[in-house]
This record gives sequence, C-alpha cells and structure tokens, in this order.
Amino acid sequence: MRPGEPLILWDWTFNHLPDIARRVQEHLVLTGIAVGVGFVLAFALSLAIRQVPQLYAPVTWLAGVLYSIPSLALFAVLIPFTGLSIATAEIGLVSYTLLILVRNIVGGIRSVPPEVRESAIGMGYSQWQLLWRIELPLGLAVIIAGVRVALVTTIGLVTVTGIIGQGGLGSLILLGIQQFFATPLVIGAVLSIALAVVLDGALVVLQRRVTPWTRPAA
Amino acid sequence: MNQATVEFRHVSKQYGPQGAVVDLSLTVPAGDICVLVGPSGCGKTTSLKMVNRLVEPSSGQVLIDGQDIMRVDVTELRRLIGYVIQQIGLFPHQTIADNVATVPRLLAWPRARILSRVEELLELVGLDPGRVRDRYPSQLSGGERQRVGVARAMAAEPPVMLMDEPFGAVDPIVRERLQNEFLRLHRALGTTVLFVTHDIDEAIKMGTRVAVMQQGGHLAQYAPPTELLLHPANDFVGRFVGTDRGLKRLTLLTVAEAKIQSGVVARVGEGARAAWRRALEAESPWVLLLDRDDRPQGWMRVEQLAREGPLTADSMDASSPLVHYETTLRDALSMLLASAVQTAVVVDERGRYAGILTLDELGIAFRSDAEPRAVEVA
Repeated sequence: MRPGEPLILWDWTFNHLPDIARRVQEHLVLTGIAVGVGFVLAFALSLAIRQVPQLYAPVTWLAGVLYSIPSLALFAVLIPFTGLSIATAEIGLVSYTLLILVRNIVGGIRSVPPEVRESAIGMGYSQWQLLWRIELPLGLAVIIAGVRVALVTTIGLVTVTGIIGQGGLGSLILLGIQQFFATPLVIGAVLSIALAVVLDGALVVLQRRVTPWTRPAA
Repeated sequence: MNQATVEFRHVSKQYGPQGAVVDLSLTVPAGDICVLVGPSGCGKTTSLKMVNRLVEPSSGQVLIDGQDIMRVDVTELRRLIGYVIQQIGLFPHQTIADNVATVPRLLAWPRARILSRVEELLELVGLDPGRVRDRYPSQLSGGERQRVGVARAMAAEPPVMLMDEPFGAVDPIVRERLQNEFLRLHRALGTTVLFVTHDIDEAIKMGTRVAVMQQGGHLAQYAPPTELLLHPANDFVGRFVGTDRGLKRLTLLTVAEAKIQSGVVARVGEGARAAWRRALEAESPWVLLLDRDDRPQGWMRVEQLAREGPLTADSMDASSPLVHYETTLRDALSMLLASAVQTAVVVDERGRYAGILTLDELGIAFRSDAEPRAVEVA
C-alpha cells in the first residue's frame, strides 16, 4: 500500500461502478447456487434420515469431515479433476453447507412435540401429509436458522473462490492485494460483509413472516 | 346418531416377554361411554391405542360394528375415530379453526361445509367462534385448548371416540366443568366413547360401563359403575374403588332422584303474621324467605314472625346451601353437613325456589338405589 494514500479513492470507485456491480452479482450467483444445491441435497439426505434414523450418524460424520477440510486445500485437491472452473468452486461451497443444513433440517423435523405427531397420526395423517403439513411448517424456524448460518458462511467462502478465478467480491480483494491498492480491497471486504448482513436480516424477516404462530396474541 | 359397537375379542399385546394386555375380551355397546381405569402399567392406554391401530395386537381381534379393523385401510380407519390425548396435541402452527377442520379436510369435505361445521363445533364446546377462530393454540387457556381438542376429535362426526386422560392436565375446577360439558355433549350426540383414566372417581362419573384393569394387563371387572361399587369382583377392585365406595355411589345420584319436599316459604313484602300461621300449621320451626322473584334469601325462626308488618329481606337467622337438580347427592351431602340447618334449598336453573332436601330424604334415596340388588355390605 502506498503511504499517504486514502483508504478509498472515490474517483476510482465511480469509474469502476459497473465492474463492482458485476462482482456483486457474481458473488450472489455463486452463493445462491451453493446454498440452493446444498439445500436440495441436504433435504434429500434429511428425508432419508427421517425414514431410516440410523443414517443420521454416518451422514453427519461424512458432512463433518467435508466441513473440516480447509477451503484452499479442497480447491487444490479438486483442480486436477475439475480445473479452475465454477464446478471446483461449487463442489467446495456446497459441501460446506451440508453439515449445518442436514443438522437443522433433521432437527427441525424432530422438534415437533411427540403429542402433536401422535395426534396427527391418530387422526389419519399419512406419512407425507405429516411431513408437509406438520413437521416442515413446525420445523421451519430451525430450518431457516440453518439456512442463515449456511448463507453467511458461504458468502465468506465465496471471497476465497476469487483465488481460483471464479469472480465475485474476492476478485476485488485479490486485485487490491496484488496491486498494493487499498480501494478495491476495502470495497470488496465491505461489500461482502454488507451482503452477509443484509441477506441474514432478510431471512430473519422471512422467518418471522412464515411462523406467525410464534408471535404473542395481537 | 353416529355410533358403533367396539369389541375386543381375546386381544393380547406383548412387548418382549411381558404381556401389556392379556386376553382382553369386552364389548362396548353403541352409544356407551366405556371407561378403562386402572393403575399405571395396567395396559389401559395400550388397549385404547389398539382401536385406532397406533398399537397393533399381538393376537386377537378388535372389531368395530363387527368388522375386523385390520381389514380396513389404517388411515381411513383413523379418520373415522375421534382421538383426544391428555397433552391434546393441537397443531401449534395452525389456527383454532384449522385445527378443528383437520379431519374434515383429510376427508376432503367441501369448503363451505367445513366452515359451517367448525362454527357449529366451537359453539357446541362452549367457545365463541368469533373470538377463538383465528387464534393460535398458544393464545388460549388450558381449558379452552382442551375444548378445542374435543371439538377437533368430533369434527367429522366419528362413530367412535377414543379419549386418553383427556381432562388429566387441567385443574380440578376446570376438569369438573369439562366433564359435565362432555357428558351433556354425549347425551346429545350419542357417540361410542372409550375413555382412559387412572382416576376412579372420574371413571365412575363418566362411565356407562367401567372396565377396571389390573397390573399385567388383566381385566378385573367390567360393569356399570353402580354394580362396580356394590359388588367389586375381587379384592383388587374393592381396594381400587376404595373403602369410601358408599360415598362414591352418591356421585351417581342427583338431587332430582331424591324426594324434594315443599317446605314452608314466605315472600318479602308479605305480612309476617300470615307466614307465622302457615308455619304453625305445618309444625315447622323455620320459614324460608324468598324475594319477589322466588329466589331464596334465608331462613327465619317462627318466633320472629309473631308480629305485625311486612317481611323484609334483612331479618334472616340462617342461610342454607343451594343445590340444583343435577347436583350430585355427594356434593349435596357435603354441603348439608357443613351448614347449620342441615336442609338444602333446591333451586331451578334460574335460581328460583323449587323445594327443600333434608338429610333424611337423602339417606332414603341412597338406600333405595341399592335395593334391587340389596346385598350391599359396608
């Protein structure tokens, strides 16, 4: 970093607004794919665990192992197979979401009080009706809490994928580091934090909206 | 009326080496309330759950209206059977209206029919539809939730209802009220009910027939409550119904079944002298004073009446417990023993004077109830 230079050069910023916007968009797309695919996989795994509870231990063990691999190391291992591609980035990102999502989806389903489940079955709910009408709606708060953690974690990790050339706000940070130039570095960092905060807040609002029964009487 | 017989035919349920229910055979006639009662571990809840197949028998058959329930599709069977459990199990994420509509929805009733049925049911169980319809269960009191649970179980007019300690989790005052309301509902609907409790008083009060079960899943006695109290089949049943079973029998009789006497009354505003004369004629030392709407005010001694002028409401010497026709003789007795006059005043549903009940008449009613089977030994 050059001495005496301000943290942000507004001239540079305004000249590069379209570029910054593109990075934000890339960041959102990478995050969205990771959390979306992760959620679909985790949901399928959770349904399997709901039918066969013995699967819970091995599935979470495997997801835990994946979760514990450092992201750069995982990318390094994947590059010989998938190259510097979006697939490399997403395989890593998706696998990091699995542990938290499986835990929370299963936890949400299991959070249904036993008497609620018993009366539902006793009144003639089929297994699918029980899942869709009772277990998932009641587990929604726990499930969304899991999505929030997965989302915030993923937004952080997507900055790392800049290193393997997949764009996103990580590229701005990388640019700043390579050129000893504070402005893109600060913009990349601040925007990625802002994304995390805004999306997390949006999910909090969503969760309140979809669980109106948890609010006190009007 | 929608009702069905329920029959257990040599039903056993085995968990591991132990029998939870052993060779249970009993028939619940259509429209009866059959109470399964016994200490914990006697298999009463297991027996109940074999009717809607939450538990499947190891051997034997359960039949509803003569049909083996194992031959019916399990979800269809359950939708025909109302189910209420102690913890109620209302769906916390659904409004009261949606909760009550559960089974009609499963049965795909048309929307309009569901809406009107929900209104009707909420009123039936004593809830104001306008107030509770759109609330969530957590916004109601325990007693109100319990009522919703009963409404939900009755929603599709099931021919059979299973109730597993339905009033076990509410306080005694609310429980008593819910019991009375349910009995009133049952008289109107006539559904066949299987009812589990560990409380012998509740069993005697609620049951048309009571099945006493004993540890290890054996049926000890199956009989109407009076029969159970007069002739316990064995020592276990005798101990279980308790040494106060004479008193318990009083809970089966109401004031309406005793001889209510007319008594001597006077009205506020009437001349004291006239009342005095009537009391002397009837040889009664007491006169009951009523207000202008016939509501009892209290007792006056005859000596107080030997004067001129109208009677006023402030000259009472003693008051008496008020009982209604449907008050049990046990409650009436308890009130009589606690009061100075040992005479209860019977009033109608609007609180108007209907007669008096004395300790003697109460005793006569109690003894005559046992007479047809007059072998009772204390």
